[in-house]
Amino acid sequence: MSLQNFMLLSAVLFSVGLYGVLTRRNAIAVLMSIELMFSAVNVAAVAFSRYATPSALRVDPATVAEGAVQQVLTGQVFALFIITVAAAEAALGLAIIIAVYRSRGTVDVTQVNLMKR
Amino acid sequence: MTGHDVYLLAPEIALAGLAGLVVLLDLITRRKGLVGGVALLGLAAPLVFSLVLWGEVNQDGALPGVFGTLVVDKFALFFKLVVLAVVAVVILGSADYVSRFQRYQGEFYALVLFSATGMTLLAATTELITIYISLELTSLPLAALAAFLRDERSTEAGLKFLLLSALSSALLLYGMVLVYGYAGSTQLGDIARAVAQGGMPFGSPAVLAGGVLMAAGFGFKIAMFPFQMWVPDVYEGAPTPVTAYLSVASKAAGFAVLLRVFYVALAEVSLDWSALFAVLSVLSMTVGNLVAMGQSNVKRLLAYSTIAHAGYILVGLAAIAARTPDGSSGLGPSGVLFYLGAYAATNLAAFFAIIALTSKTGSDEIEGLAGMGKRAPVVSAVLAFALVSLIGIPPTAGFMGKLYLFNAAVHADMVWLAIVGVLNSVASAYYYLRVVRVLYVSSNDSQERVSTSVQVRLALALSGLGVLFLGLFPGPLLLVTEAAVKVLLPAA
Repeated sequence: MSLQNFMLLSAVLFSVGLYGVLTRRNAIAVLMSIELMFSAVNVAAVAFSRYATPSALRVDPATVAEGAVQQVLTGQVFALFIITVAAAEAALGLAIIIAVYRSRGTVDVTQVNLMKR
Repeated sequence: MTGHDVYLLAPEIALAGLAGLVVLLDLITRRKGLVGGVALLGLAAPLVFSLVLWGEVNQDGALPGVFGTLVVDKFALFFKLVVLAVVAVVILGSADYVSRFQRYQGEFYALVLFSATGMTLLAATTELITIYISLELTSLPLAALAAFLRDERSTEAGLKFLLLSALSSALLLYGMVLVYGYAGSTQLGDIARAVAQGGMPFGSPAVLAGGVLMAAGFGFKIAMFPFQMWVPDVYEGAPTPVTAYLSVASKAAGFAVLLRVFYVALAEVSLDWSALFAVLSVLSMTVGNLVAMGQSNVKRLLAYSTIAHAGYILVGLAAIAARTPDGSSGLGPSGVLFYLGAYAATNLAAFFAIIALTSKTGSDEIEGLAGMGKRAPVVSAVLAFALVSLIGIPPTAGFMGKLYLFNAAVHADMVWLAIVGVLNSVASAYYYLRVVRVLYVSSNDSQERVSTSVQVRLALALSGLGVLFLGLFPGPLLLVTEAAVKVLLPAA
């Protein structure tokens, strides 16, 4: 497996997510598609942290300086933070979707157009 | 985390602590006015911490800390002070409006304060992960605030804001990860070094794609064309104090991080993105102004006006090459900071005047403001004055701000950009003055006077005097902004 494969996977996931955001009518499905885009970013972040950091670091982690190890882990830490924030975003999103459903009885985003003129 | 890190984060810790305190207080007291009072007076703590830090930065220079994720410098402190001032005026001016939230007034203040914590943090961050976290800390409470009234319009505004904000976050993150993959680090300084060594135009395709995606993500926050679709609906549907807060504080924080990322991390390829932002600037102001002309709802009108103003402020961002006659650069970013301050005062004055005028009628239509010149002379005068400042006519803050921005464009050999900006300002007079005409010339059957509370009058007086002061004496603030942007520029 090379970095290219992971980048390709990430780009495909991102595009599928974006397509879902643009075509889905159910607000929850839109939210799920956005989560897919976040996952694409996570794949890229972790792949970069494995492949794109200086090659010397991958030979023997025991011999490298502490700061360098930190750098190797940056991508993985990034992914962890993205997962956490995405969870918070989903929680708030679902809360707002429930509020929308209570006020108008639908979660179809094409029906949520009171102010469009 | 060392003690020093806690000291550097003191304003943010104080703000978040205040938010928690407000929620707790809301639980135990029945006097809702007390909650707002505590939220307002409690702002003194972060203010004092920020001023103490300013004193230290003034003596010793920038203070980096917290594992190199942020730096407390004059640039960051300038935005902390602007955000604190805006929050104070918003809390003061919401005093009447919050009665509509019934039981949930404490939560309203707490969400405003949490969002402010994110904004103050955002201006200080120098690392991509921290930038992302601060950005989400800023926008998630804002989405909750937009849906706060829980009626059809408000929830619609909240849903649109949340979904589009999450989408823009995804674009931003993809851009950040591409840049991280290229540079091998998320520190802005390391990225700048990696891009400088790249040699190719824009470093590499990864940095080009990353830069464009990041510009898109931040463009959403500052309501820049073509990421402005959410603005009118969210502004119209959200509670008006939230709209006021969103339009000034969120925009200021967005520009802070945009300046930091592009001036520090991508300084090497500045000519490339300078052209990009110049084009987006022209499109933003033209689209904003043209669509604003057809609006009949005053909140929607101000929403398109804010898109146009994002365009004016982008002029300063594009003018990175601007140099003053004495050889020092920084005219563009310093103009951006000044304009953000001036715009904050102006827009707050406009929005709180509208809150006061529409509190009786409950409608945001421009026609509903007819005859208000007689029914509420002082508030109408403030509104008219704020609108004049948005056009950019002296002696107002808006005039001075535009003068400096367009001056920066001229010094950066972008005379065409300054001309487009001036033409747009002239065109914008049409729809701003239409509101003023309705206020004073149109008549209304009702002659009943519109009364306002002391708090709202105070908020109006503070922001209105701010507009006048910055219009007559721009010198002090300009000295501060010029000192603040020094950290963005390469050491001479």
